[in-house]
Amino acid sequence: MPTTTAVEDDTALRRPNAALSALRSVFLRVGVLPFFLVATIIAFSLVSREFLALQNLTNVARQSVYLILVSLGQMLALVTGGFDLSVGTAIALTSVVSAIVMVALSHMLSPDLVWLVIVLGCCAGFAAALVIGCLNGLGIAVFGVSPFIMTLGVQSVGAGIALFLTGGVPVSGVPYEFGDLLGFGRILDVPVPVLIAIVAAAVIWLVMNRTRFGKHVQAVGGNIKAARLSGVNTTKVLFTAYALCALLASIAGLLLTARVGSGETNLGGTIALESIAACVIAGVSLHGGIGRVENVVLGGFFIVLLQNGMNIAQIGSYMQMVLLGSLLVLAVILDQVRYRLLVGER
Amino acid sequence: MHSRAAPLVEMTGISKEFPGVKALSGVHLKVERGEVHVLFGENGAGKSTLISILSGVFRPTAGSIHIDGAEVNFHSVHDATEAGIGTVFQEFSLVPTLPVFENLYLGRELQRGPFLDRGAMIRGAQGLFAELDFDIDVTRPASSLSRAQQQMVEIAKAFLANARVLILDEPTASLTERETERLFTFIGKAASAGVGIIYISHRIQEFAEIADRISILRDGRLIATVPARATSERELIELMTGRAVDQIYPKIARRTDAPVVMTLEEIRTAGVLGASLQVRAGEVLGCAGLVGSGKSRIWRAAMGLQPLRAGKVTLKGGDVTGATTRALLKAGVFFLPSDRKSEGLQMTASARGNIELSLLDRADVTGLFGFIAPRRSRALTDVIGDKVGIAQGAMDRAVSKLSGGNQQKVLFGKGFGNDRDVYIFDEPTVGVDMGTRIALYQLIKQIAEAGKAVVVISSDLPEVMNLSHRLLVFAKGRISAELSGEAITEENVLKHFFADTEKAA
Repeated sequence: MPTTTAVEDDTALRRPNAALSALRSVFLRVGVLPFFLVATIIAFSLVSREFLALQNLTNVARQSVYLILVSLGQMLALVTGGFDLSVGTAIALTSVVSAIVMVALSHMLSPDLVWLVIVLGCCAGFAAALVIGCLNGLGIAVFGVSPFIMTLGVQSVGAGIALFLTGGVPVSGVPYEFGDLLGFGRILDVPVPVLIAIVAAAVIWLVMNRTRFGKHVQAVGGNIKAARLSGVNTTKVLFTAYALCALLASIAGLLLTARVGSGETNLGGTIALESIAACVIAGVSLHGGIGRVENVVLGGFFIVLLQNGMNIAQIGSYMQMVLLGSLLVLAVILDQVRYRLLVGER
Repeated sequence: MHSRAAPLVEMTGISKEFPGVKALSGVHLKVERGEVHVLFGENGAGKSTLISILSGVFRPTAGSIHIDGAEVNFHSVHDATEAGIGTVFQEFSLVPTLPVFENLYLGRELQRGPFLDRGAMIRGAQGLFAELDFDIDVTRPASSLSRAQQQMVEIAKAFLANARVLILDEPTASLTERETERLFTFIGKAASAGVGIIYISHRIQEFAEIADRISILRDGRLIATVPARATSERELIELMTGRAVDQIYPKIARRTDAPVVMTLEEIRTAGVLGASLQVRAGEVLGCAGLVGSGKSRIWRAAMGLQPLRAGKVTLKGGDVTGATTRALLKAGVFFLPSDRKSEGLQMTASARGNIELSLLDRADVTGLFGFIAPRRSRALTDVIGDKVGIAQGAMDRAVSKLSGGNQQKVLFGKGFGNDRDVYIFDEPTVGVDMGTRIALYQLIKQIAEAGKAVVVISSDLPEVMNLSHRLLVFAKGRISAELSGEAITEENVLKHFFADTEKAA
């Protein structure tokens, strides 16, 4: 294509540079996720041919639903410049409370009303998670407690309540229909949990990109003083962000409860770490103000894909913890580098 | 005593290039022993870069530095300190939790065996402060000192390292009059002891008092070095800007029959001890005064940005005392904060995103459930960007990547999204180049002539004097003078800068 050899030489010389700067701009725009994703796919597809099989990928998609839902909420908290360590507790409490209510109501009401029982149970679960979210919101938005301490404390409070309510024993006896629909059901051959995650992601995308609230969340995380001086009700925005975060975790909690068929206190064990990892890897900045919904969905998918790959490669679960933690730290370091490049040092 | 011909400091042909920017080109600077040499220029003219080179922070791309006639080559601040160059930067380097004497000896602690010699350090610090005539308890933590005292500790730090050249970067920016006087006394003493002092300041009015010579920088070049006493302020401004004063500040037409839009009555808040004022439609009200005089804080209190202890605020006849910032913004007041990085902008967001934030309350941008009409928002932000003069290409770039001038334009742009009645500009042109400055003054003129009430709070005296129809001078938390029209002269303003200090003390 080049007309003269001189130009040809020139482009040849510049090519590696151009490739590098393209990589750099991808890194600045979306973060480390594309690089991690490519590396993971290459590594595990070398280990096993079944890794990239459609069957396996569908499986990963179904399994990643829960993490994606929680990560969407976690993203809200992260974009405001905080984070939520109590998402696991929101899941546990949702699971326990909804199961207890369903079991109790199904003893009281006639079997014809099973759907009413399920709906009321779900509402009770949501309400429990909302209490968690509102507690976080109250502490962080109104009293100015650091998100780290607030959500760490609430995490302990919630976990304690969940254990207290159940005595540590799973709550069994939830209606069969509950698990049949939300756990294993399919609509148009798509698993119901996947559908719910798609809807949730679409709604959160709309909220973040097309509503005043979404812009306000970004503004609060970007520069809370400037947001206040632009007329943003920062208290309300922060409060709502944490409440929404708990609600999204609550949806995941209900789906998980439906899947396992009982109310359990240990459902959200490692999800706080995993969801933060998913978000940060997906380019949500710990400095606040930056985060894209579509990348977070991919980030949640990536974490589950990685776990799946490690399982296929027969890496033990203890070693998996080591790798996941390291990956989070690495992602945060790279986030730091990216933020510095974005803001510029002068 | 110093009869040798070689000057104390001689910087020759200094150039400095940063990636994509030429910050300095071929600058010469000579400082004699016992001389107070002022560096004068706008923000971005290269003053900071020049002193950063002399103090070892940067290395010059070209040029040489001689101290006492011997060529030096600084690789670090440490090298420069060793060579006798002490620098007090604008941003202090004190550890707030450590006591004064530990700060003083930080990095050069006195030890007895493996342990710190606390007693020797305290005695040393006390001796040094006595010598400098500073009255500071050296065992107090640095955080408990006033800014002026912190500055004195910084200066003392420089002297502990036997500085022969003392560089002061805008030392009076946050000092009260009395503190400033003490600093000047000290500078005089240091100079008569043979220390060469390089003094960076924007305050033209200070120069006659302390400076021997003034070097003016513009766009990275040395424009002139002039004797301080023989050069008028007007000449200095014209040398600094490269323009006649009349070309910089627009004539703003004043409405005579204008109604009062906003009143502040007997406002008391931190830093303000009771002050009342009125703002009229179609006029520019200036607020001048030293840092800490209350000129900015009275407005911050009225805007709900700091607690209002007493007083009454009315807007268009309605009582808005104690209203939230949000409510006031909605009621038609625009407040431009003085620090765009910490309070004004979302630095990682685009220029468009920043401006859009101010549009979200408009019914035609966000409808039911707060859903945004993206095309409408885009069109409006384009119009605003055009109005304030942001280049099309800059609209979608992160604000952190824009120049100070463009950042300030974005901040101004946030005021044009909605129809407002009162525009309060706190330091409207801080840290922007002359071209932007002129453009921003034109915007202020348009706003005022469109019949809006405009308040300009500024530490830049020529700016606030030339823009205002009516000028309030603040001193020590009170309004010490109200000047109007022809009465707005430098002499009148300065006379009232310190007016209330003696009474209050």
